[in-house]
Amino acid sequence: MITNTLTVDRADFESRTGWELKPEGACKGEVCIPLTEQITGDTIELEPLAAQLGLPLVHDADAGLWALGPESIGSRALATAEAPNLTLPTVDGEMFELASLRGKKVLLVAWSPY
Amino acid sequence: MWQAFRSQVAEQGVEVVTVGIDAAGVEACRPFIEAASPEHPSLIDEHHRVAELFGVINIPNAVWIDEDGMIVRPAEPAPAPPSIEMERNMNIGDPAELPPRMLEIFGEAMQIEADPPAYEAALRDWITNGAESPFALSPEQVVERSGPRNADAARGHAHFELATHLEVAGNHAAAIPHFKAAQELVPDNFAYRRQAWSLEPGPEGPLNRFWQGPTEGSEADWPYDGDWLSDVREMGPANYYPKWTN
Repeated sequence: MITNTLTVDRADFESRTGWELKPEGACKGEVCIPLTEQITGDTIELEPLAAQLGLPLVHDADAGLWALGPESIGSRALATAEAPNLTLPTVDGEMFELASLRGKKVLLVAWSPY
Repeated sequence: MWQAFRSQVAEQGVEVVTVGIDAAGVEACRPFIEAASPEHPSLIDEHHRVAELFGVINIPNAVWIDEDGMIVRPAEPAPAPPSIEMERNMNIGDPAELPPRMLEIFGEAMQIEADPPAYEAALRDWITNGAESPFALSPEQVVERSGPRNADAARGHAHFELATHLEVAGNHAAAIPHFKAAQELVPDNFAYRRQAWSLEPGPEGPLNRFWQGPTEGSEADWPYDGDWLSDVREMGPANYYPKWTN
């Protein structure tokens, strides 16, 4: 997640990271991490939340940007087998949600032109 | 390339989703997609979100997701089905006229090991048998096999996102240090290396983005420690993809 401010929109944070902020903590699939303070507002202070979830925050001062990286729970790429909701544009520029294919088996193939 | 397979299995409740991962964006992917004329969703991923979210580390990689949205096989090498005639959209011209570097790259690439028939058989077994298929893994196995990621690697993914963000914004020079940090911190992600190398100038023409290394006479300008040919030789082409296992 790229941001030019450390106070971010809660919904953006949730959709970009896949971490859902619930009364019991920050949750992804069946994994929930309790937070020291429940987040109730529409905005989030990124630094303390990132620290609690173990999400790295990398700053590029010249560009005035921060990048929030993914979790590394259990030292594995995936924290849960529940598929994250990938939303990306199609070649025609329309947004496509992977979750719209629920009910079908999906083969997700990554390729590149290089 | 997957379109023919998709048309064979669509009636069995299967969808194929292809994701072109390229910071060079939709126009770089478009000719390949148009040549394949897919009926399935064909997505563009400028920031390699599939790396962060699914653990994709090389190309081609695929993830199997069941009807309930559970991953049953995490990202792994996914050779295209051999039963399908491969359409190579890359017009490389007369091999006799290829520059030596490209001949060496093709020589190494031919030694990269994959087992397309085994992969296709496994895929068809899962399509037919679902959770009963021996190739459908439990949630615990999926997490375990999803690949290593320590705190350094997580930081490397953040650097990579900064890199692609700056690259897409047209600030190539500012992107390079972040590409380098990502390559160093996520060493198992070969797509991160290829992406950065492919954005450096190669010779004009169709080979441009496959050159992925210094050009003759401009070696001093190459900003990265590695390049495709050197790195593949160092790791050994047989180790380019992890072995396919049940």
